[in-house]
Amino acid sequence: MKKQKQKLTEKAFAVLTWGAAALTLGTLAFLIAFILIRGIPHLKPSLFAWEYTSENVSLLPAFVTTAEITLLSLLIAVPLGVFSAIFLTEYAKRGNKAVALVRLTAETLSGIPSIVYGLFGWLFFVTSLKWGFSLLSGAVTLSIMILPLIMRSAEEALKAVPDTYREGAFGLGAGKLRMVFRVALPAAMPGILAGVILAVGRIVGETAALIYTAGTVAQIAPSPMASARTLSVHMYALSSEGLFMNESYATAVVLLLLVAGINALSGFIAKRLGGKGERQGGE
Amino acid sequence: MKDKSIFEIKSLDLFYGNFQALKSINMELAGGEITAFIGPSGCGKSTLLKTLNRMNDLVEGCRITGTVRLMGQDVYGGMDVNLLRRRVGMVFQKPNPFPMSVYDNIAFGPRTHGVKKKSALDSVVEKSLRDAAIWDEVKDRLKKPALALSGGQQQRLCIARALAVGPEVLLMDEPTSALDPISTGKIEELLLQLREEYSIVIVTHNMQQATRVSDRTAFFLLGEVVEYAKTETMFSMPKDKRTEDYITGRFG
Amino acid sequence: MMRSRFDEQLNQLNENLIEMGAMVEDAITKSVKALKERDVEASRKIERDDHLINEKEKEIESLCLKLLLNQQPVARDLRTISTALKMITDIERIGDHAADIAEICVHLPVESHVTDIEPIAAMAKATMRMVRASIEAYVKKDLALAQSVTEMDDEVDELFIAVRQDMIALVHKDPNDGSEAFDIMQIAKYFERIGDHAVNIGEWVVFSITGIHKNTRIL
Repeated sequence: MKKQKQKLTEKAFAVLTWGAAALTLGTLAFLIAFILIRGIPHLKPSLFAWEYTSENVSLLPAFVTTAEITLLSLLIAVPLGVFSAIFLTEYAKRGNKAVALVRLTAETLSGIPSIVYGLFGWLFFVTSLKWGFSLLSGAVTLSIMILPLIMRSAEEALKAVPDTYREGAFGLGAGKLRMVFRVALPAAMPGILAGVILAVGRIVGETAALIYTAGTVAQIAPSPMASARTLSVHMYALSSEGLFMNESYATAVVLLLLVAGINALSGFIAKRLGGKGERQGGE
Repeated sequence: MKDKSIFEIKSLDLFYGNFQALKSINMELAGGEITAFIGPSGCGKSTLLKTLNRMNDLVEGCRITGTVRLMGQDVYGGMDVNLLRRRVGMVFQKPNPFPMSVYDNIAFGPRTHGVKKKSALDSVVEKSLRDAAIWDEVKDRLKKPALALSGGQQQRLCIARALAVGPEVLLMDEPTSALDPISTGKIEELLLQLREEYSIVIVTHNMQQATRVSDRTAFFLLGEVVEYAKTETMFSMPKDKRTEDYITGRFG
Repeated sequence: MMRSRFDEQLNQLNENLIEMGAMVEDAITKSVKALKERDVEASRKIERDDHLINEKEKEIESLCLKLLLNQQPVARDLRTISTALKMITDIERIGDHAADIAEICVHLPVESHVTDIEPIAAMAKATMRMVRASIEAYVKKDLALAQSVTEMDDEVDELFIAVRQDMIALVHKDPNDGSEAFDIMQIAKYFERIGDHAVNIGEWVVFSITGIHKNTRIL
């Protein structure tokens, strides 16, 4: 009797998990299929023209801008985030109050809606520093936005590096600097990269914070101080104007491919870097 | 090196915060010998081992009084820690090769201490691996990840890595506790070979191991050295009743 | 306690040793009695029963080897078990000698002078005391008792010389008694050997207590 009941519960649970997985995958598949079906027929070579005109809403400038903003933001945020993480894990004393404060701040920052970053960027970089709507304002704002994410993931990755590695390095007479850069950091690299991938995802998908800081000019920015729009902003602009819905879907396809491409690339890099450290046959 | 004392420990006290982990330790460790530290868990044997190359510096709230001399030089009196650890190598309980290639693991130490020339690194890598009796097993996979080796091989790799910086003393903290009997046997065999060139201090929970490999044994209890004698004497005719009770298993 | 089984086995070893000691003591007693009473039947039985002592030796030997294998003993345990292994060889030889004495009894002529030989009876008594003392010293870990066995041997040696002189005198008086004198001489020699084996046992017992065998540290 009891056994039968147990069997029933087990079956119900199995159905539940299968259902959840199917629903999730189904939604995702539907979304992707929807975008591809609506977008692919409108992917014309003219969409990749060098210049955007009001007749030909080329997405190439936005594509280039996306790459520029991503690169620029990472250039600022990754070193800052990783070094803070190194400080928190390797240098700060355990139970330090300042460390707890930094951590709390980082966690709070990561929960703030992006529009708030946008407003801050607009008030501070665009207006007060008089950088205007520019690539720079956008990138700096985004780097502030992704900084907590990168710092936290780098910190977790460094914490996950076994202390036995550190002992091993110190035991050989290595100083702290050498230990951090030759042993701990390489070992943590896959985890850090995972954080960077998430950050790239946020940058590529960001609109609100960019509209207020980088502006919406559809051009390849001639200088970091010029305004430009990323693919997401481009898409938002197109669809909100409502005149170029087909092109908007085509842009979505490109955006989708871009994100998939970035993920694949970072996965590949992570494998290359982390492959050496992969545990096999160890005890 | 033989018969000369390599470490001289005088009235050493060690505290972790308010807890006294070592109580007035006085002992001389002879060069060219294998000294075994035995005792129940938490008796201070690993702690003393770690004071010899100042690995305890890494532990917060660790305080030391008394002196430790390495061939006459005060270890805690202004000696450069990194240089000390170069002279006094360490092998840990769990094999801990770095997540890099076999070659880079061995070359890590020499590179740390300024060896840059490829040819010099090549030869030190080969010599260390040969000395650790693992060269034949890894010579064709020097560029392969060290973590792909078996547990026993990893531990011998770690011994080779420690040898690569040219230490005078090797400290081993239960080096075979994570290994199977065959790998353990290989490491013990290796220790007896290494004794020709290095002084070795080994912490072990395995008393048979202590009798097999060590020349002298120190028995620790509650932070004190209860008895320190030739291994054969210790295991046939211990002087202290507590030693007798411990090694015959009448304890705890 | 984690070594209760080990201690139980060590107790078993002790009991076995006491038992084996009792067996050889019994054999000596009986052979002396048979000698006095000229009891050929009893003598034959002593000879026949010697294999029981040999079997006991094998049993103890196997127990010791098992203990060495299973417990890998150190310190006092190591000394106790290795001492037992050495002791049983000597005890077994003592048993052999008791049987040897009984064998001679069978062949002695009925009208023998043996019963008149006081020193032989004294030797029997003294060696028996030595055997008992050496085994008791082992069981009780009594150092003084173990060492006293060596001293007791002096008495046996003196008695042996006395028997020898008596026999020489006997042959001088009547050369026809030569063969009997020779037999009695052999009996005395066996007792003397029994004493020596008891001394060996005593020395191993000293080792089991002090780690020193015949004034040298062997480990």
